[in-house]
Amino acid sequence: MSKPILQIRDFNVLFDTHDQEVHAVRNLAFDIHEGECVGIVGESGSGKSQLFLGALGLLTANGRATGSVKYRGKELLGLPQRALNKVRGSKITMIFQDPLTALTPHMTIGAQMMEALRTHQHVPYAEAQKRCLEILDLVRMSEARNRMGQYPHELSGGMRQRVMIAMATVCAPDLLIADEPTTALDVTVQAQILEIMRDLQKELKTAIVLISHDMGVIAGMADKVQVMRLGEVVESGTADEVFYAPKHDYTRALLDAMPRIDRPVREGHAILQPLSTIGAETQLLDVEDLKVYFPIKTGGLLFSKTKPLRAVDGVSFSLRQGETLGIVGESGCGKSTLARAVMKLIAKTHGAVVWAGRDLADLQSPDMRNLRKELQIVFQDPLASLDPRMTIGESIAEPLVSLRPELSRADVQDEVRSMMSRVGLDPAWINRYPHEFSGGQNQRVGIARAMIIKPKLIVCDEAVSALDASIQSQIVDLILNLQAEFGMSMIFISHDLSVVRQVAHRVMVLYLGRIVELADRNSIYEDPRHPYTRALIAAVPVPDPKAERGKPHVTLAGELPSPLDSRAQLTFLQSKVIDDPDAEQYRPRLIEVATGHFVAEHDAA
Amino acid sequence: MSASGIVARNTEVIERAFDIEGRSLWTDARRRLVKNRAALASIIVLSVIALVAIVVPFFWPYGYADIDYANIACAPDWWPGGDAACFAGGWHIFGMDQNGRDLFVRVLYGARVSLSVGVVATLVSLLIGVTYGAVAGFVGGRVDELMMRLVDVLYSLPFIFFVIILMVVFNQNFFLLFVAIGAVEWLTMARIVRGQTLSTKQKEFIEAARAAGLGTFATIRRHVIPNVLGPVVVYVTLTIPTVILAESFLSFLGLGIQDPLTSWGVLIADGKDHMETAPWMLIFPALFMAVTLFCFNFIGDGLRDALDPKDR
Amino acid sequence: MWPYAIRRVLGAIPTLLIIIALTFFMMHIAPGGPFDAQRHLPPEIEHNIRAAYNLDKPVWEQFLIYLGRLMHGDLGPSFKNHDFTVSQLIEVGLPVSAKLGISAILLAIALGISLGTIAALNQNKATDYGVMGLAMIGITIPTFVTAPVLALIFGIYGLHFFGHDFYLPAGGWNGGALANMILPITVLALPQVAIISRLVRGSMVEVLRSNYVRTARAKGLPNHTVILRHALRAALLPVVSYLGPAIAGLLTGSLIVETIFGIPGIGRYFVEGAINRDYTLVMGVVICYAAFVIFLNLIADILYALLDPRVRFA
Repeated sequence: MSKPILQIRDFNVLFDTHDQEVHAVRNLAFDIHEGECVGIVGESGSGKSQLFLGALGLLTANGRATGSVKYRGKELLGLPQRALNKVRGSKITMIFQDPLTALTPHMTIGAQMMEALRTHQHVPYAEAQKRCLEILDLVRMSEARNRMGQYPHELSGGMRQRVMIAMATVCAPDLLIADEPTTALDVTVQAQILEIMRDLQKELKTAIVLISHDMGVIAGMADKVQVMRLGEVVESGTADEVFYAPKHDYTRALLDAMPRIDRPVREGHAILQPLSTIGAETQLLDVEDLKVYFPIKTGGLLFSKTKPLRAVDGVSFSLRQGETLGIVGESGCGKSTLARAVMKLIAKTHGAVVWAGRDLADLQSPDMRNLRKELQIVFQDPLASLDPRMTIGESIAEPLVSLRPELSRADVQDEVRSMMSRVGLDPAWINRYPHEFSGGQNQRVGIARAMIIKPKLIVCDEAVSALDASIQSQIVDLILNLQAEFGMSMIFISHDLSVVRQVAHRVMVLYLGRIVELADRNSIYEDPRHPYTRALIAAVPVPDPKAERGKPHVTLAGELPSPLDSRAQLTFLQSKVIDDPDAEQYRPRLIEVATGHFVAEHDAA
Repeated sequence: MSASGIVARNTEVIERAFDIEGRSLWTDARRRLVKNRAALASIIVLSVIALVAIVVPFFWPYGYADIDYANIACAPDWWPGGDAACFAGGWHIFGMDQNGRDLFVRVLYGARVSLSVGVVATLVSLLIGVTYGAVAGFVGGRVDELMMRLVDVLYSLPFIFFVIILMVVFNQNFFLLFVAIGAVEWLTMARIVRGQTLSTKQKEFIEAARAAGLGTFATIRRHVIPNVLGPVVVYVTLTIPTVILAESFLSFLGLGIQDPLTSWGVLIADGKDHMETAPWMLIFPALFMAVTLFCFNFIGDGLRDALDPKDR
Repeated sequence: MWPYAIRRVLGAIPTLLIIIALTFFMMHIAPGGPFDAQRHLPPEIEHNIRAAYNLDKPVWEQFLIYLGRLMHGDLGPSFKNHDFTVSQLIEVGLPVSAKLGISAILLAIALGISLGTIAALNQNKATDYGVMGLAMIGITIPTFVTAPVLALIFGIYGLHFFGHDFYLPAGGWNGGALANMILPITVLALPQVAIISRLVRGSMVEVLRSNYVRTARAKGLPNHTVILRHALRAALLPVVSYLGPAIAGLLTGSLIVETIFGIPGIGRYFVEGAINRDYTLVMGVVICYAAFVIFLNLIADILYALLDPRVRFA
């Protein structure tokens, strides 16, 4: 075998905090060889990001790295910055997670790329510009020449990440370290970015370190895998070894916790109750042609005009008692707005929301408050959704206090305690505050608050999206068990199609405020009809290296069009487009292709 | 150990399992503030100054307006410069002023005036600012835009000029001094409260409260006010020294407190006129004022660090 | 940018009108007038004087007359300095005040930014504590204390070393000689240096922790490029926002400094005019200052948008 490019031995990263010394990375040792892709997988707090920040001298002031990191035999640790800069950014480059904050906001894309190139290779300006354009083409950046003069905030998330990749590869490095490069991106964009990285690796023979929490992403990219936990590597091996014959319990637990879009049922976990066992055929909720528009000011020299942003644009569906409807779609598709409009947390522009035979629009505030007993919501960010100045007990009790004032204090306390133990929180913690808990525990608090009033419908708005896979799996189990016990209906909103597959009876796919496909979960995943649904499903990575290697990931090229452009909704029905961004356009109709399986009109592929 | 057991242990990061009573953010803040030595020392020094200013004049052998013609502008006995024209003797530990009055008791009276102007005018600004900012923040939309536009306009005015004109016009009315200074200082308070209200209003826990069926008023009382309080408290501690400065500034120009009553600004103005022959007349009031302002600023900084959410 | 600037200038006109009206009516509603303090004049003479200055007409009519004259750039005669018009007085005083104020603000910005950056780069080290300690002193000790104390030290006691005496003039203008400017500018700039350096330190510390500075370092850029090109520009944004209040603070300070150092600027006119009820002079000075403040606020807003491409002129 060839000599390693990077040799890490006996490597530690330590941080001084006010209370104690935190050992973020412990006694690491591994090699990276030319042209290979090493995946490093771990949950938050595993030290996977600090590892390479430490190796390249990028730790915060209170951190330090010890041990040995050799680049082609040359020790990097302890090198003076001037010498280190000969390697850093030139031979070893990095891509960071959040491309918006990772690019300097007041410098153009071109300036930032050229700067990297001209610092390390003293090429003349025109030559540097040519090289930057070439590399932008390579990462499939449209209109590369114009982009060079744009600022980061003028680009979409996917475009920015392409710029990051271009910037990191423009010096033709030996080793590219990608730290969660696709975590903040939508799945279809993620698939595009991963494919670009795969192609770059083939073309430039660059070795890649891919750091990710997502076993699926790792499976599709990595030749070798290191599994990290609490600063240590617990398992390492080739991708096939780690995925098909995991030796360590933690690896098995991680794989087991990963939701898989190709499997509706996770063994050993709670399962979704079939609708028939929950019983009733009662129609609870009926949403009719719901529209929510936001007025958006668009520039003008002296006068600004407003355009409606059609966040939700004519959505109809119904929900039966005990049923879970999954709503999926990428950012900006209107899924959260839809949920809030259904709960009357924001005002609708048009349409009707009928709950148990009564239109919510007609309800005045006392009746509406009564109705709140039946409708509850669980939010995405567990910490943000809890008042930091209230104990978790007070937060959980809030719906009881406001909606059932007849209860005595003692009764409320009893209810809170029993609900806390039901959702897996120690009732003794009743007087603790949210900042004293982890994200998973706070999400249990959020669920307890929603459940304490025994509602008939719970909306889960990305309720598990911010959590690590293992915690996510526990919370999904909790939600499914609670549903089996209490029989409430649910609207489960997520961008993650794999999770939705496990929790929803029916699934609705939204695209720019409109339904593109609505069907029961097996039909939608096994027989998707709409090209957008197909693209979404193809883009989801599966923690199965063999399956990942074989399948095409990108079936949807390009970017999400601007929702202010009225043509955008007709992306899949180009034959009906009127070529004017402000024109009133044709609305694709929903067609029932099989019983209960609705697909929006679209051009044949 | 089972796989899920490992995962569970991994996630349970709560070490203090026996610490049943939670630490609220206020408890945390108090702990951090007490650990901040500069802030703690400032609180103590400030309390001593306030206490002495309130109590000591009652026992002091000289009144603030008592004139001793024999000892005009005399140095305290311990004054190191041998070139002083005369030494006052007795309990005149800070020496005498240009009219033969005891400087120590006058500095204490100055403290009474300056501190009370500081506190009262700050309360005025607090009242106006919180109301205005909270209304703008809650109501939002057009109203907010209009109200904040007005604040922007007022911000761009050289406001101290209006205060000066006001003071001139209404003959240095003491009560008006509070109102005038408070009326200037409310602008920043309004901005802070409005910004904080707006950001709190957008937090998910407010939406959660609405979903829990809480009415608007209850939401404000239970969730918004407690979360807006922190920055307001910090700003109040930083407003008091600004107000004390403004009052002294006016008094210095001869537009504030009138003789024989006094404030630090008046004393400093007198001291400036005699600084060549009687430097103690400038040094003592200036020192007291500087120490007081220092203390307020240290407390404000300490409070801000203690309440800073980033540190959590 | 230009349509924005034009819109802002047009928007400033009502603001200026409000200021003029407010000042005018406040001064005229007050009991007492400009000629009260003078010896008792025979009634007919007093009547003639009042008529000459239009003081016998209703206040609103006086206001309209004043506005009408203002349109032609006429600020009226000074009530107290009988031989001069307000325009003449301001023509003499404004350059003096402007020279002082602009030097002070430029000095404050340059020094404040440098000190703040140095402190941020040495966060929690002795240099940092030293600079921030000095800044705290600059903020807490008011201008009217620093001015006499500095005048005492440099002007009267003088500095003595190597057998030489060093003195600075403790007052006077002397046609704007450098030696006469040093103390007033120092006193004026000191609090602003302190505030700006604290602002810069705070924002710089934050920017240095930001992801894009980490990216710049990861690109292998030399340290000075990272700081000057990537960090400093973003760290300056709070300073630009602070420019408006800084100007206001500077004007306040100039009242003191001009009075203490005996500098013939318009700040001194204002204080004297207010106390003597020289209506027209006070009005003239207020209009000058207000226009200046509004103009600088506009500059600050434009500067902000130029520094941060995310802000659009709206």
